[in-house]
Amino acid sequence: MGGRLRVLIAKPGLDGHDRGAKVVALALRDAGMEVIYTGLHQQVDRVAAVALAESVDVVALSILSGAHLSLTRKLMASLEARGIRDDVKVVVGGAIPPPDVPRLLELGVARVFPTGVPLEEIVKWFGGIERRSAA
Amino acid sequence: MSSWEEQRRAWQAEIEKRPPAPASTSSGIPVDPLYAPPAAGEARDPSSIGFPGQYPYTRGIHASGYRGKLWTLRQYAGFGTAEDTNARYRFLLEQGQTGLSVALDLPTQMGFDSDDPEVEEEVGRVGVAIDTLDDMEVIFAGLPLDRISTSFTINGTAAILLAMYLAVCEKQRVPAAKINGTIQNDILKEYVARGTWIYPAAPSMRLIVDTIEHCAAHAPSFNAISVAGAHFRDAGCTAVQEMGYTLADAVAYVQACVERGMNVDAIARQVSFFFYTHMDFFEEVAKYRAGRRLWARIMRERFGAKDPRSWMFRFGCVCGGSTLTAQQPMNNVVRVSYELLSAVLGGVQSVFTAAYDEAFALPTEATAELSLRTQQVLAYESGVPAVADPLGGSWYVEALTDRMEAEIAALIERIDGMGGMVRAVEQGAIQREIAQEAFRQQKRIDSGEKVIVGVNRFAKPEEPQLTLYEPDPRIRERQVARLAEVKRRRDGAAVRRALDELKAAARGTENLVPRLLACAKAYCTVGEMNGVLVDVFGRFQEPASV
Repeated sequence: MGGRLRVLIAKPGLDGHDRGAKVVALALRDAGMEVIYTGLHQQVDRVAAVALAESVDVVALSILSGAHLSLTRKLMASLEARGIRDDVKVVVGGAIPPPDVPRLLELGVARVFPTGVPLEEIVKWFGGIERRSAA
Repeated sequence: MSSWEEQRRAWQAEIEKRPPAPASTSSGIPVDPLYAPPAAGEARDPSSIGFPGQYPYTRGIHASGYRGKLWTLRQYAGFGTAEDTNARYRFLLEQGQTGLSVALDLPTQMGFDSDDPEVEEEVGRVGVAIDTLDDMEVIFAGLPLDRISTSFTINGTAAILLAMYLAVCEKQRVPAAKINGTIQNDILKEYVARGTWIYPAAPSMRLIVDTIEHCAAHAPSFNAISVAGAHFRDAGCTAVQEMGYTLADAVAYVQACVERGMNVDAIARQVSFFFYTHMDFFEEVAKYRAGRRLWARIMRERFGAKDPRSWMFRFGCVCGGSTLTAQQPMNNVVRVSYELLSAVLGGVQSVFTAAYDEAFALPTEATAELSLRTQQVLAYESGVPAVADPLGGSWYVEALTDRMEAEIAALIERIDGMGGMVRAVEQGAIQREIAQEAFRQQKRIDSGEKVIVGVNRFAKPEEPQLTLYEPDPRIRERQVARLAEVKRRRDGAAVRRALDELKAAARGTENLVPRLLACAKAYCTVGEMNGVLVDVFGRFQEPASV
């Protein structure tokens, strides 16, 4: 039913380091997924709006500024407000200190990919996600 | 005793019996197993290498290498509020550091005030928050600004921060002619790699020319631009691309200043460079030697600069960056040490050695101290600084320098053919090239073709936990309170007048630095000044890049 997995890769906040976001975008696209990349400096509300409009399966936040906890909390609230909190999986990648990994999982993040995780592992995880039946 | 030619043939025969696996530099330049002169006595023409302190400066810009002047030990620091940062600077200067490098938080870099709800999670996070001149006064309180050099990693709002620094120096009665330091002020690479752009390319280029013009006239020892390849490199490009894109950016800036009517020799003194030094040891040495020679040729032949100082390629670098790994973080100390040695053998003028925990967080005081000691050990114990360009004349290093120079020159020519760096960046062409290269590099790492110790070889399942720098959760609260107090104390009418004058000037063509200086002295905020400029200039639209 579902077709190709749809992934939204987002750079929320002011952080401009997008190497990881772009490399993951290219890798997922190579693996046959549909990838939308927001570009830099996105407001969290806009990320949630795009997630809804494009009916994506996964929102992947890339954050290297240290603001991951509060930006993720805001995204979760924004997805909740749009009624898609349970339909969309959220993952976070970037410069995430080890103690913050469980904190992100507590916020409802499905998976954290700190810097240094091999692409293969990321692609494999995404490959195991099912396309939402809604589409 | 066999002749040289017989020895060479014997070596060749030995190699052909068991040919070694092919090898290449990280830029993909093939590397022979040995470099030797092609035949007895057929050494390279020594005049093509030249002497240090002489055109084309392959062997360095100073005749006596580091004996006359050691490189500047410059650690990047700045966090939380102005008081926190002032305390860290005093500590670093007491420990023997000779230059300051100011890390600013993202709201300051992007033109937001600390009380803007849009940026609440980012205040004071990756650097110090500066809202008004008042913060600048606290950061530099009690520091000898006439004797140290201060470098600001600031781009989108560089003209605003320059105005604030000039104002603080004026208040401390340091004459502008005695101010040393740098603002990064390199917007083209921000569009490509680091992302702190605000305005479109044309008004951004105007602001850059304004700052270069102002400093050339009033603060000639302050470098108004540090053209940075570092961020291209951390975004994933090769050493050849890093140097090629950077020199192409510099050509665009010099060209824009020439078009303003400035004298090329006045422009040249304002321009310095900044790179990341990565792990391919000899390639990094050759990168700097080739860049130095090419820049000398560009300034002399392309722009017709007459003053020998205009031909000199002066650069700083970071050792660390994306070569640091989160896995087995102590290995980063070793990586940074090798990178530092290659930068020094490449003739660097100032170095920031990253701390080993920077793959996770800002450094703690202890890790920042270790990274400074890393430089001091090389500078004072190793004997390396005693001889200028000690690798000069090495068959390998000279051959690699020539090869890299040719590849970098070809890249610059290709960008010229695209209409120059401004056009190439507006169209997203450079962004796409770098993203592709980053993807290629990542696949090489994941496949194990490119080895990273502790990551894809010699990895351990269990990692020790580091004690990390924990940001103070009350930073924003404290900074917002400071800002409210400044806003209460300042003369509101003077603020409005200064901002109105800035707006009128921005609509015209006059140099904006004096207007920004007036705004800074009236305690206008970064957000207020930026708001005026956004109203007039608009915002950059990011081209699709993946």
